[in-house]
Amino acid sequence: MHKRNIWAGMLTAIVLSLLISSCKTVKEYQKNKINDAEMELSARKVEKGENSFQTYSEGASGANGGKVGGGCGCN
Amino acid sequence: MRKIFLTVVGSFLLFLNSFSQSAADSTSEYHSPDLKLEEANLVTNYYSQTGNHSAITGGIGTQQVNDFSNIVELRYIRWGMMDRKITMDFDLGIDHHTAASSAYVSKSGASKTGGTRVYPSANWQIENNEKRTTFGLGAALSFEYTYHSYSLNAIYSKHSIDKNTEFSARANVFMDAVKMIYPSELRPVTSAVTSASSGGGSPTIPSKLRSTFATSFTFSHVINKNMQVALIGDVVAQGGYLGLPFHRVYYSNKSVGIEKLPDSRFKLPVGVRFNYFAGDKVIFRTYYRYYVDSWGISAHTASIEAAVKITPFLSVSPFYRYYTQTTSDYFAPKYGKPVGVTYFTSNYDYSAFDANYEGINLRYVPLNGVFGIKNLSMIELRYGHYGQTTGLVANNISLNLRFK
Repeated sequence: MHKRNIWAGMLTAIVLSLLISSCKTVKEYQKNKINDAEMELSARKVEKGENSFQTYSEGASGANGGKVGGGCGCN
Repeated sequence: MRKIFLTVVGSFLLFLNSFSQSAADSTSEYHSPDLKLEEANLVTNYYSQTGNHSAITGGIGTQQVNDFSNIVELRYIRWGMMDRKITMDFDLGIDHHTAASSAYVSKSGASKTGGTRVYPSANWQIENNEKRTTFGLGAALSFEYTYHSYSLNAIYSKHSIDKNTEFSARANVFMDAVKMIYPSELRPVTSAVTSASSGGGSPTIPSKLRSTFATSFTFSHVINKNMQVALIGDVVAQGGYLGLPFHRVYYSNKSVGIEKLPDSRFKLPVGVRFNYFAGDKVIFRTYYRYYVDSWGISAHTASIEAAVKITPFLSVSPFYRYYTQTTSDYFAPKYGKPVGVTYFTSNYDYSAFDANYEGINLRYVPLNGVFGIKNLSMIELRYGHYGQTTGLVANNISLNLRFK
C-alpha cells in the first residue's frame, strides 16, 4: 500500500507540474533545440527491429507507439 | 483532501485553457495540390539469438533464431480543399527467419525451420489548421504460414495554438487467425480437414481466431526551450485463442500436452518519455514504462540514450535499457504442473526475468547527401546486445536509409 502511494504521488506530481507549466509559452523562434530530429518524442525508425524482438521475447508490450499484442504470434 | 481536490480541478482547468486560445493568423503560403513523394525510408534489420528454453520443446531446447527484415516506407503529401494537408503512408515489410526449434514441431525434428512474413499497410491523415486537429485512418495486413492478421486503426489529435501541447488518441482493431498446427505426436485426427466438398481435395489446416482491441492516449508538452515530455497510456483487451498450438508442456507425471492459456487478456501499459537538450551538443532521450496485465505479469522498463553531436551532421548515441518482469500465473517450467491443471505454459517469455540491452546508434545527416548522393539525406546505423537472466542472448543490427 505504501509503495502504491509513492507511485501515485510521483505520478500526480509529474502531471501537476506539467499542467502548471503549460501557462509558459515557448515561442516558435525559441524551438530550434526542441525541433531537433533527435528530440522527437517517439522511438527512432531504426528501432523498429529491436522493438519487434522485444515484443516477441518479453511479456510486456505497448506504451511506446509500437505493437501491443495483435498482428503477430507474439505476446 | 479538499485542497488536493481543488488543486487537481484547478490544474485540469489550466490544461483545458491551453487548448482554448484564439486562433492565430494563418499564413498565405501557397501549397501545391499535386501529390508528391515527400520521403522514403528503407529499414533493414538483422537479428540473431541463442538460448535454451524453447516453448516448442516444453521450455528446454534450442532457441536459436536468425531474422532478416526489410521495410520500405513511402510518404506522399498533397494539399486538399481549405489548404488542408493530406498525408498518405504506404509501408511494406518482409521478414525471413530461421528458428531451430521449429524443426521439433514434429517429434523427429524434420519440420521446416524457415518462414517468411509479409506485412503491407496504408495510412491516410488530414490536418485541419483552423481547428488544429488531425484525423487519420489506416489498414494493415500481415501474412505468415502460421498466422494471418487484418487490422484497422483511427487516430485523432489536437494541439494547442502555440503548438506546445498536444493530445492524441488512437484506436486499433486486430482480427487475427492462428493456424492450428500441433506437435506431431499430439495431432488430433480431425485437424486435417479435407476440403473435398469445396472441390479442392487437398487437406486444409483449421484456424482459430484472436482479436485485439487497443486504444492509446498520448499527452505531449514542451516544458521549456530544452525539454519536452510525453505521457502515454494504452488500454488493450484481447480475446480468442491466445496461445500457440505448437507449444508443448510436460506435466509432472511426464506426459506431454500443448500449452493452455485463458481466452482473454487485459493489458495496461503506461509510459513517460522525457527528452532534454543539455548544452549545445548532448541530447538525453529517456523512457520509462510500467506494465500490468490480467495474467499476473507486471513489468518495469527504463531506458536512456545520450546523443552526442560530434558535428552538426553526425551524432553518436550510446544507449542502455533495463527490463524486469514478474512471472505469469500460468507459467511453470517442464514437469512444473500436474495433469488436469486449467492453464499451463512453459514459454519463458512469461517467466520472471531481468534483461539488459546496450549498444550504440550512429546518425549522419550531411547537407549535400550521404556519400554525395543528393537524394540520400540520412543514414542511421544501430547495434545492440541483449541478454536475459533466462540465458537468452541476442544481437541486433539495423540500418535506416532516408531518401528525400
